[in-house]
Amino acid sequence: MANKVFHVMYDDDQKLLDAAKALVAQGIRVKDVFSPFPVHGLDPVIGVKRTRLAIASFMYATTGTLLATLGTWYFMVSDWDWNIGGKPNFTWIENAPAFVPVMFEFSVFCGAHGMAITYLLRNGTLPGMPASNPDPRTTDDKFVMEIVTEQNESMSASDIEAKIRATDVYELSIKDY
Amino acid sequence: MAHDNKMHFELPSKVKTTAYVLMVIGLVAAALGWFADKTDHHQYWWANLLINGFFFFAVALGALFFYALQYAAEVAWSAQLKRIFEAMYSYIPIGLGVIVVVLLMGQFHVHHLYHWMDSEVYNPESPAYDEIIAGKRPYLSAWFFWLRVAVYGAVFIYFARLFRKWSLQEDEVGGTEIHYRFYKKSAVFLVFFAVFSSTLAWDWLMSIDVHWFSTMYGWYVFSGMWVSTMIFATLLVIWLKGRGYLSTVNDSHIHDLGKWMFAVSMLWSYLWFCQYMLIWYSDIPEEVTYFKERYDHYMGGMWAVFFVNFAVPFYALMARDAKRNFKYLTRVGVIIFIGHFADLYMAVVPGTIHGHLEWGFGEGHHTTFVGWFEAGMFVGFLGLFILTVLGTLSKARLVPAKHPFLDESEHHSI
Repeated sequence: MANKVFHVMYDDDQKLLDAAKALVAQGIRVKDVFSPFPVHGLDPVIGVKRTRLAIASFMYATTGTLLATLGTWYFMVSDWDWNIGGKPNFTWIENAPAFVPVMFEFSVFCGAHGMAITYLLRNGTLPGMPASNPDPRTTDDKFVMEIVTEQNESMSASDIEAKIRATDVYELSIKDY
Repeated sequence: MAHDNKMHFELPSKVKTTAYVLMVIGLVAAALGWFADKTDHHQYWWANLLINGFFFFAVALGALFFYALQYAAEVAWSAQLKRIFEAMYSYIPIGLGVIVVVLLMGQFHVHHLYHWMDSEVYNPESPAYDEIIAGKRPYLSAWFFWLRVAVYGAVFIYFARLFRKWSLQEDEVGGTEIHYRFYKKSAVFLVFFAVFSSTLAWDWLMSIDVHWFSTMYGWYVFSGMWVSTMIFATLLVIWLKGRGYLSTVNDSHIHDLGKWMFAVSMLWSYLWFCQYMLIWYSDIPEEVTYFKERYDHYMGGMWAVFFVNFAVPFYALMARDAKRNFKYLTRVGVIIFIGHFADLYMAVVPGTIHGHLEWGFGEGHHTTFVGWFEAGMFVGFLGLFILTVLGTLSKARLVPAKHPFLDESEHHSI
């Protein structure tokens, strides 16, 4: 028997959320959901693990802080001790307050850019990457739930289809793959 | 409603007794401190009264500000918590009373916290003549100063009473008419608050170091006030939940309160550091006096306060799980709450005593730090504050009955 993939489309996020709850309650595993915006409360229902993006962002930001510390020390003190406004930079620590703004900004810069790039890479949505959503309308106002028979081997394809049709479906496409 | 029996908060007699015990401890500490304090005019004693008077007044005023902010910004998640803030701002008249006592005693020269209240400094013939203070006379003259005190008091008490009255009315009549009135009046209040939160900080705190001025001072005091408010509100909500109240307040609400604690702590750190760095960088004599005083005698205390109030919330409250763990949030909250009290201590004491930080009561012009005295006064006022807040809380439904955003607030999920 060929593996089948169900692309279940909904036209409202609340309908999608209710359907996901109903299907999961009947023992169906949802592989993924494609949505134009984050749907609150969906992740725990379909068993998506908590994102580690925040931890990554913290690490990028800390890297930024360290680089900025190193940079201010090298440019302002070690390489050539600048004298700005009568404050000679003989040591880093004596002038630390002056370096805090750049350390702060560079931490934000690294944290934000690192997080954005990681997010786009992880989702495969960097500019120029091929689209992986099954239907272009999921970037507009439709929501698609992807269910594969491979992950639901205890049920027959027709059984799954019947359960899907019992929810408030807008469109359903079934394909072999 | 399934939880109707828990809709009315009843003040447990045990808590009441504890609050009274705290107040008695405060009175005893104040009485013993008065006799033990050998500074001129009992300056140190009065400084501590000002710190406690202002600190708890600020927590209450911050609650009124946050309450108005919720209406002006049409915030829904906090709708269930509005009674918490109402209870907190019911302390405003009492807090204001304590401050007025301190100010009046200054005006009658019982103490000398405010050097500029001495009329000799304006007299060019007098040896005490001070040109810098004389230049500030139009702003600091007694009639204008007391007019401002009266206006602050009138405005804050007027809005606090009005909001409370409308809130209780809404419980009866429902609808959206009162809500829209709230929306407009809150915006009006915020305009007053924007000006007064700065000027009252100049009048009551910045004027202690009267030769000095900083345009960031008002915001620095305001952010410290706001973060203390958010901490107290969070702790109160967690405590009430632990006693089985507020069952419809979920993790997401606590998470949001935790975010406020975190965010406003960062606002405070930002303002503290901006004020410090600009003054440090330009290094102009008229500006550095404030930090010179603290550098010479309170170096350790000043930096300790900054790092506790910045680094503790920054690292301890950054993670999502931290803001959803009630016990953890409580512990961190207590640390920063005390941290902000210590911050106010650092703002008031160096300028009033001009001495060295020494252990035990000092004499004449010597700053002191005793421990039991400061802690006793703090604990006493804490008891008074808790008793007032919980007393008001028990007088009305714990969760408003007909707030238009109530349903949305109950389904808050992040």
